[in-house]
Order: sequence, then C-alpha cells, then structure tokens
Amino acid sequence: MMAQDNSRARLFTRRALLLGGAQAGLLAVLVGRLYDLQILKGDRYRTLAEENRISLRFLPPPRGQILDRGNVPLALNQQNYRLVLIPERVDDAEVLLAKIQTLIPLTEGDADKIVRDLKRRRNRQAILVYDNLTWEQVAALSLHMPELGGMDIEVGEARFYPYGADMAHVLGHTGPLDSRDIDTADKEGRAFPAIPGLRIGKNGLEKQYDSLLCGKVGNVQLEVNAHGRVIRELARQKPLAGHDVTLSLDIGLQQDVLQQLAKTESSSAVVLDVHTGAVYALASHPGFDPNAFVYGIHQTEWDQLTGNPFAPLLNKAIGGLYAPGSTFKIVTTLAGLEAGLLDPQKTVFCPGYFDLGGHLFHCWKHGGHGTVNLRHAMAGSCDTYFYQLGQHVGIDRLQAMAQRLGLGSKVGIDLPHERGGLMPGRAWKKANRHHEWQLGETLITAIGQGYITATPLQLAIMMARVVNGGHAVTPHLIRAESSAHGAHEGENSGGDSLGFDADNLSLLQDALAAVVTEPIGTAYGARILEDELAMAGKTGTAQVRRISTAERAEGVIANADLAWKERDHALFVGYAPLTAPQYAVAVVVEHGGSGAHDAAPIARDILLACQKRNVAGV
Amino acid sequence: MHNQGEMGFRGQAFFMPVLLISAEHLTLADKVRLVNWGLVVLIVALGGIGIGLLYSAGGESWRPWAGPQGVRFLVGLVGMLALALVDVRIWLRLAYPLYGVMMGMLVLVEVMGHIGMGAQRWIDLGVFVIQPSELMKITLVLALARYFHGLEDEEIGRLSRLVPPVLMVLAPVGLVLLQPNLGTSLLLILTSAALFWGAGVRVWVFLVALGLGLVSLPVAWHHLHDYQKARLMTFVNPEADPLGAGYNILQSKIALGSGGLFGRGFGQGTQSQLQFLPEKHTDFIFVVLAEEWGLVGAVALLLLYAGLLAYGFAIALSCRNLFGRLAALGLTATFFLYVLANVGMVSGLLPVVGIPLPLVSYGGTAMMTLLLGCGLLLGISIHRDVRISRTGISTS
Repeated sequence: MMAQDNSRARLFTRRALLLGGAQAGLLAVLVGRLYDLQILKGDRYRTLAEENRISLRFLPPPRGQILDRGNVPLALNQQNYRLVLIPERVDDAEVLLAKIQTLIPLTEGDADKIVRDLKRRRNRQAILVYDNLTWEQVAALSLHMPELGGMDIEVGEARFYPYGADMAHVLGHTGPLDSRDIDTADKEGRAFPAIPGLRIGKNGLEKQYDSLLCGKVGNVQLEVNAHGRVIRELARQKPLAGHDVTLSLDIGLQQDVLQQLAKTESSSAVVLDVHTGAVYALASHPGFDPNAFVYGIHQTEWDQLTGNPFAPLLNKAIGGLYAPGSTFKIVTTLAGLEAGLLDPQKTVFCPGYFDLGGHLFHCWKHGGHGTVNLRHAMAGSCDTYFYQLGQHVGIDRLQAMAQRLGLGSKVGIDLPHERGGLMPGRAWKKANRHHEWQLGETLITAIGQGYITATPLQLAIMMARVVNGGHAVTPHLIRAESSAHGAHEGENSGGDSLGFDADNLSLLQDALAAVVTEPIGTAYGARILEDELAMAGKTGTAQVRRISTAERAEGVIANADLAWKERDHALFVGYAPLTAPQYAVAVVVEHGGSGAHDAAPIARDILLACQKRNVAGV
Repeated sequence: MHNQGEMGFRGQAFFMPVLLISAEHLTLADKVRLVNWGLVVLIVALGGIGIGLLYSAGGESWRPWAGPQGVRFLVGLVGMLALALVDVRIWLRLAYPLYGVMMGMLVLVEVMGHIGMGAQRWIDLGVFVIQPSELMKITLVLALARYFHGLEDEEIGRLSRLVPPVLMVLAPVGLVLLQPNLGTSLLLILTSAALFWGAGVRVWVFLVALGLGLVSLPVAWHHLHDYQKARLMTFVNPEADPLGAGYNILQSKIALGSGGLFGRGFGQGTQSQLQFLPEKHTDFIFVVLAEEWGLVGAVALLLLYAGLLAYGFAIALSCRNLFGRLAALGLTATFFLYVLANVGMVSGLLPVVGIPLPLVSYGGTAMMTLLLGCGLLLGISIHRDVRISRTGISTS
C-alpha cells in the first residue's frame, strides 16, 4: 500500500509539474502578448488613445457692438437658444431628425442639409440644427431630450438691431457663412472656425469691420468619455471679444432724416461733416428689417423685398446712381472760375433756350430767365447760362473738376458696395461709345444731364469740398477713436487741399446762398428763417426721359401726369450754417418731381435737425 | 511537540470552543504557526493592488469601488484564515453534501431565472447574495478530489470508474450553460480536467475527450446564444464593428497598448479614467493596471500570480493525503484559469467571457469564492501531514 502510494505520488508529482510547466508557459504567452501590445505597438495605441479622449470645442467670441457717436448701441448681441447635434453621439441622424421635426418646424431641406453636413464633416464639431428657439420649443425639446440622444440645446448669442430698418443699410447684417465667404476669406488669408451657427458680417458695416468686430475664437479641450460626456476641461483658450465699433453717425439724426424721407416713396440722404468727412446720417428709404436676415429670411419675405419697385434692399445713398442735374452747376461754375473763363458779373441773356449752331438746348424755364449773371443764374438755375459756360470751359475741364470734387469714382466710404458713378469725357466716349465727344454733350453735361451719374454720397462730398476751403475730405462712418485701436481706417483728416482759389470758393458760395436767400432762388421757399442756422445749396431736377420736340411744342407734360418711373428725380445738395459751413447734405428723391419742391424742404429740415441737435458737438 | 502542553495551556484557555471542532492532534497555536504566511502575504498583496486600482479607476476616490472592496477583502481575509484552520478531514466529509447543496442552488436559480427575467445567476439571501455557479467551482473541486481520493489505484484505469466524476462535472456545467454562462462552464470543465489529470487518468482518455469536444463544436455553436456567437465573432475580428460588439476589446487594447513600458502613472490612465473602458472596475481592471503601470506593472502582477500558483503547487506536492493534493491542484488550476481567461480576454487573445481577475476585480462573490479557495489551500497546507484513508478516516 505504501509502494502503491509512492508510485501514485510520483505520478502525481510528475503530472503536477507538467501542469505547472504548462501554466508557466501560458503565463509567458500572456507576457509576450503584453509586450507586443504595450511595447511593439505601444505608440500606435497611444495615438489612438489620444484621439479617444480629447474633444476640441470652439468657443465663439462675443461680437463687438456697433455704437453711434453717443454710444447708443445700434447692433448688439442677445442670448438665444439653439439646437445643435453632436456628431459623435449620433447613431442615425435621419431617425433623430425625423423625431425633431415633430417638435420644431424643421423643413425637409434643412434636415437633408444637416445630414449632408454630418457626412462631410471630418472633425467632430457640433452642427447647428435650429437657431433661435422659442421658449415653447425649448420646453418641448427639453421634455423629449432623453429620446434625443446626440442633441443638445445651447445658449448662444445672436445679433440684434434695435433700430431695425432705420440702420439696415448702414449696419448690414450678419448671417451664416456660405461658400462664397469662405472663398473670399481664403484669399484674404482668414480662416473661419467650424463653429455651429457661426455668423459673419454679410453686408454694411458688419461686413466692412467684420475682422474687427468678430474677435478671436477661443477653444476648450475637453476630456470626454466613450459616451461623449465631458469629464473635465483640459485647457481653455478664452475667446477674445470683438472690438466695439463707434460710429460718427448720430442715431437721433438718422431717425430724423428717415422721418423726412418717409414722406417720399423712394429716396436717400447723406449728412456729413464738411471738414472731417464724418458721416452723421446715411439713410435710404424704404428699408427692411435686418433682424429678419439674422436667422435666414423666408422666401416670401425675400420675394417681397426683391420685387419691390422702390428697391428696399439697395442702399441708394451709396449705390443709387442719378444724373446730378443742376446740382452739377457747382462743378461747372468752379471749373469756369478756376480756369479764369468766368466773370461772375458778366451777364448772359436767357431766352429759354441756347442755340448751338441751329440746334436748340432748352432751359428748364419756359420763356427764359432774361439777363442773368452768375449769382442770378445759380439762384434761378438758368440752364442757358451754364450751357454757354460749359461751352467755354469744355468737357476736359468739367471732367477734371468733377473728379477733383469726388465724382466719377468711389469716394471711399467704409461700406461695401459703394458705387462710383460716371463722369464722362472724351476718352470714355471713345472707349465705350466708339464715337468722338460732341459739343452738345458738353452742354448737357454742364447742367448735369446726359451720361453723367453720381451717388448721393458723392454729391454730399462734392458739396463738402467746395465749402470746407477746398479740402479733399473723404467720408467715413467709423469714429476716429474707434478706428485708432482697430488700426483700420485711420484717415480722419480733412484731406489734402485741392488748391482752389479762396476767392473763387467765396464767389461760388455766394451764388449758392442766393439759391436760398434770393426770392428768385429755386430753394427760396425752403429757406431757413433763423439766420444763424441758414443754409445754402443747389437744387437739381434730373430728367430721366427724353423730351421730344413734339412734346416740347405742345407743352412739356407735368411730372404729376407721368408714370412714377418717368418722373424726374428731385435733388438737393446743401450746407449749413451759411457763414461757417459744418454740415453738408445731399438728398435725392427718386422720381420725386422737382428739386425745389420735393428735395429742398427735406434737406432744410435735415440741416435744421443737425444744427439743433449740434451733432458735430457731441 | 514537547512544548505542546505549554502552548496548549495558554491557547486552550482562550480558544477551547474553537479547538473542539477541529482535529485532535494540532492545537490552534500549532495551526497558526503552520499557516503558510508567504501565501497570505501574496494574497494580501494582490488584494491591496486590486483596492489601489479601484481607487484609481474610481477617480482617485474610495467611492464607489475601493472602499467597499477593501471592507469585503478584510472580511474575506479573516474568513479565509478561519477556514484555513478547519481540519481538512471535515472538508472531505462535507465534500459531497456541499456539492449537493450547490447543485440544488443551481437548479433553483435556473427555475427562478425562468420565472424572473433574463439570465439570473444569483440568490439574494437578503444579507448577502450567493452566486451558486461561483461557489460550484470550489465544491466541484472538493467533490472530485473526494471521489478520486476514494478510488483504488487500479480503478483509475477503468473507464466505468470515470463515469461518476464525469457526470459530477457535466451536471453543473449543463446547468451553468443554461444560465447561460459559457465562461464559467468552460472554467468548470478545465478545472475538472486538471483534477482528472492529477488523479492519474490515462492520457488517451484526455485525447479522446478532446477529439469528442472538437467534433461537437459545430453542434455547440448551433446552440449558442446570439450574444455568445457575437462575442466569439468579435473576438475573431474586433475591428469589424468598433462601436458595437468589438468596442470593449478594441478600447481595452487601446488602453493596454497606450500604457507602454512604465505606464502613465497612478490615476493618470486616460482611457481608464475617461470611461472609454467598459467594465473597468470588474472584468477589465487589468487594463487599468496595464495602462497606469505599463508592462512593468502588468508583469509584476503576473509574477505575483505565478508566485501564488507556485505556492499552490508546492502545497499540492508536499501534501501527504490524496484529497488534499488533488484539491490543492484543482484550486490552483481554478486560480490559474481565472488569470489566463481574464488577461487573455482583455489583451484580445481570448474571447470576452466575463471572468474577473482573481482577488483584484471588484465584486463580492468572486472575491468570496477565491478567498474561500485560498482558505482551503491554506488549510491543506496546515494539514499537509494528516493522512487520510480511502474511506475518509484519519490514519495517523
């Protein structure tokens, strides 16, 4: 029994040792496996691990405010609620969006776009599903949040324009980034971060000063777990708030101006400082509510805006082109005086027309002005006088003077989409019409008709340059202090001297005063009675149709009897106060009738408002 | 034992009641002196590492895992030492009854599982929860050791004598498979195989059994639950569905691999800390170690296990009764299989079967089972010189 036990013990010992050996061998295999994973493939897994845990989220900076010269906010940020989708937490976006559509009015097109975005996006930034949720929608979504895995309600900031249409054209608006913005940004070396619902300036000052307003995007590196839940913050780079932009514009004056323009169907006006070019008001009527654009405008609303004959989307003050009409007589006069071809006392007889080699050029006043010198001719806006003056001066001098006064090319306001208008000349005619310049064209150009076009802004600048001692002021909306730290638009000087003779400028101003102060003046009815606030200026009535000989024979059809589109544009350019010019104004009423009756009173009220508000002194 | 009286005097005065249920020759003091303290140190070291890892995995906090685990470990340790003092002959006598009780419990959970919902594997006794399939690992070892202990040498060679132990194995395996718990079933089979091996069953029997097993694989596959099939398929190709069934293995490998040689430091394992890792406190606790302590830490833990296994073999080899030898071998094999299955699983070598890392993973039942096993092992060590006849009567 002992022997048996011994042999069995030996067998056990042998087998136990074999088993132990096998176990040791298998443990060695485990060690080998660990060596393989941790040492040989360690780097690869370490990389995978890094990707596993860090989630980079962008922090949008608060956009800078836009303030008027009295620091009244014109564009500010309001908190809003938005629904975003976290890609890494979503399994089936289409099912999820279908669920969402039962809660909020998300269109099929929007849903498709989100699915496309989701597929295209390689980084794992959240995607904006629906912006500006109402309280009811927030409540409904919150209630269903447990079933909406991958969705999140975020608090964001949205642009708000408290003055709505009053500032629409100047401020522009922000909107979602589109491919065109990205292309432009690429060219400028700017890069937009992939922030859900990122909005950039799309127009107006919002676009012009976008890089100043937008600030610097921050980011936060978050450690997330496998469920996408945030564990903690690893690093945070705070967003840098955008700079506030202070404007030279006065919102009170702007509203006064718009109140005046509201009397018309379609018009625009610019008020600026004759010395600095600071724009105090820049208005275009009718307007639109820029707040509607912030979240994407509805198609019907858009169709209404684009189909409106009064072009509410266009900033007519900088983008509307009009024949300057008689307001151009300022250019003609100064060209004549500077060329030494105009004796202000020398008289011209106006029979109601000017005969150029048998071809009659009509004066607006049927029957003529009789005998007029410069002062009377300017006051009564005698076309015959200026036809003759234009003939003497010639198109080349007219063109050169017009260009010195800011016509024919952009004056360079800090707004996008400014237009330059047209100041024709010989070279232009040859290049664009393939004909020689005709003397008759010089005559009609001298009274601001024909090919010539200008924006209200250009006309205001023209006005400013002849009453500020002949300095080439340029307009700007941003205030000096504001532009300084932005290092953006530094120019705020009165501009270089244009080299005009001071006596000539006095003569011109005297003539412009006569327009308002003399009973024969076209704007006498719109004069300012308070002497210290008195204005001067020039009316203009720009013909938009050709008056045939037959019509002239039967009597020119009154504006009131014409279709709106065929009525004359009413213009007025002016300045105040008379003795020490500070404000220049240009008013254009589209198809308004006559400058004297339809534009001058508006300009008067605007210049009165400027002075009473002491806008420049604020 | 000339000093027995002196020692006994002091001990007996105090511990008389306890001693009365124990064996006749060894006093409590003798037993305490005979305790294999080296093994105890290894066990404490493993348990301590487990608590440390749970502290880290819980975000460097005693809650929710490290604290409860520490308490359980301490209680279990006391229980283990108490069990170690129980005479091995008592275990021999209780082997079959315990096995019967566990079988009854397995049937009970099976029935309850059908009444209740899903895979229920435990019995809630109010005070604590019993998972019969876990305890069966120990009682099966004891029962098999008891059976082979009672066999004459020649009987080992007879096939008919192998029928009872095979049935003893297949009965619980079948019930555990019904739960369904593939991992534990395999563990039971392999532990039993180690015992059969130690008992001296002929080598050709193993070969035939292996052959039969391979042949029946397709049948077995057919009867697997979908999630079990998925796990096996996932094991074959985890990258096929990185966010689904393969997620655990992939994340586990990422965490393991990113540990490198020296690891990321205590509490610094990003994968473990960031919940990329599923079940990090239970079945995947080894990953926390490997990520935070690197290959060095992982190998150190494996060496501790190797040391524990070496003690187990030493006890089995030094034991002078067959019951103790076979039981020690079986318990050691169980321990080894836990380690192999767990580390193999988390490193992607083996399919995910849901087996904890012994003494380290969070969880009461597994810890209790393993400390119970260690208590038995220590008891066998203490009583290694006790000779027991085939019928279970002490001979020395």
